[in-house]
Amino acid sequence: MDTITSNSPEATLALGEQWAATARPGWVIGLEGDLGAGKTHLVKGIARGLGITEPITSPTFTLVCEYEGRLKLEHLDFYRLENDDQILTSGLEPYFQPEGIAVIEWFNRWTGPRPADYRHVTLEQTGEHERLIRYEDIGA
Amino acid sequence: MRLLAIESSCDETSAAIIEDSSVRSVVVSSQIKIHAEYGGVVPELATREHLANLQPVVREALVQAGFAASELNAICATQGPGLPPALMIGWKAAQSMAFALKVPLIGVNHVEAHLYSPWFQGDPPRACWEGFQPNISLVSSGGHTLLAQVDHPLDHTIIGSTQDDAAGECFDKCAKLLGLGYPGGPIMDRLAAQGNPEAYTFARPMLNQDNHDFSFSGLKTSVRYFLEKHPGLSEDDVALPDLCASIQAAIVEVLVKKTIRAARRQRLGCITLSGGVACNTGLRKAFQQACEKHELNLQVAPSNLCTDNAAMVGLLGERYLQKATPTTDWQADIRPSWRLTEPA
Repeated sequence: MDTITSNSPEATLALGEQWAATARPGWVIGLEGDLGAGKTHLVKGIARGLGITEPITSPTFTLVCEYEGRLKLEHLDFYRLENDDQILTSGLEPYFQPEGIAVIEWFNRWTGPRPADYRHVTLEQTGEHERLIRYEDIGA
Repeated sequence: MRLLAIESSCDETSAAIIEDSSVRSVVVSSQIKIHAEYGGVVPELATREHLANLQPVVREALVQAGFAASELNAICATQGPGLPPALMIGWKAAQSMAFALKVPLIGVNHVEAHLYSPWFQGDPPRACWEGFQPNISLVSSGGHTLLAQVDHPLDHTIIGSTQDDAAGECFDKCAKLLGLGYPGGPIMDRLAAQGNPEAYTFARPMLNQDNHDFSFSGLKTSVRYFLEKHPGLSEDDVALPDLCASIQAAIVEVLVKKTIRAARRQRLGCITLSGGVACNTGLRKAFQQACEKHELNLQVAPSNLCTDNAAMVGLLGERYLQKATPTTDWQADIRPSWRLTEPA
């Protein structure tokens, strides 16, 4: 597991941007962290790294937002979903094998098999601007 | 002209019959009762329900209007944006019916239907295009928050939108932080009416930025920090209405001031409101006062057309048919990410 301390929203964006540089089709990134932990900032950084210029808006209500970039970015949010059954019957399982890359907020709501190419990320607020970001590549 | 409209982009399955610009029937299988048990909207239930609800909802709309399917001249349905598996159910049904009945099919943009719903007035609602005025339109719901300049019916430009969370989402997430039930927005609205909006100060995000965009993600985060610093405050019966009023005041002030500013800057004499957040009484009141002060006409979508419904989809679809817009292909796909800036 790797651990990074981000001292500003800009540093979180830069981390996402850096990850996007190594992004490949089929990659799934799952994010875990409280409201305000910086999940969306990380996604914004990944989008910027993929050359996406339009604003990354919250998929909380719509569940899925798709963007065209160097690779297609599929941004999902399981916030409104409670468990595996709800995720499956919402028809969201195909996103575990994305055409481009999929970044899924509140991925901890899913307890089923991991996607094949998977990075698990935990964001934790440790100070007003400080975030502890831990990540691990644990694909099935 | 008689047409059937179907809406299934998110949590509601809805069908409506429109005849000559008037709503003959509208049926919405409101699922709030199911969702309340779970403390939030649970779309999987909705998705599964769309399939179960669609046929009875369509049949009921036809029965209430007193028409047989064979008497329909066209079918309209929401083609996007929305949740793919939910959209798929309504859209495929609409395509199949249009194909079987050999009538035109019109794919409607869900957000555009909201955008024009302030012009659907009366009981039963009818499309009042003759009363149309060029306007600045605020569309605000759980999933969308945008400002559009509307010069003529079907001729609109998006001038600003949220850069992160929608206003309705901010209401719901703040309500959850305060431990309120579902739906959070209406509960907060009710409590806010009894509270002091100046009791606590929350940031007005992007209020002073020289653009027409919004941002509500930071407000939600600041509410969270505030509650962490003041544990127990949201359980206090006196403080809770004040908290609700203060949070609501922050959201409302940004929406009102930026919308009014856009209308004044573009020299337009009319403002329209639509989407679920337009039901918020605090927001309506603040808009009424601001529009009176600046001598602007205020046109608000009827409450029953603010939340997702098929009537607005049908009334807009009929307008497209009247304008001889090419009909949508029977085999066209759903458009889950259909931006309002892209053509129909």
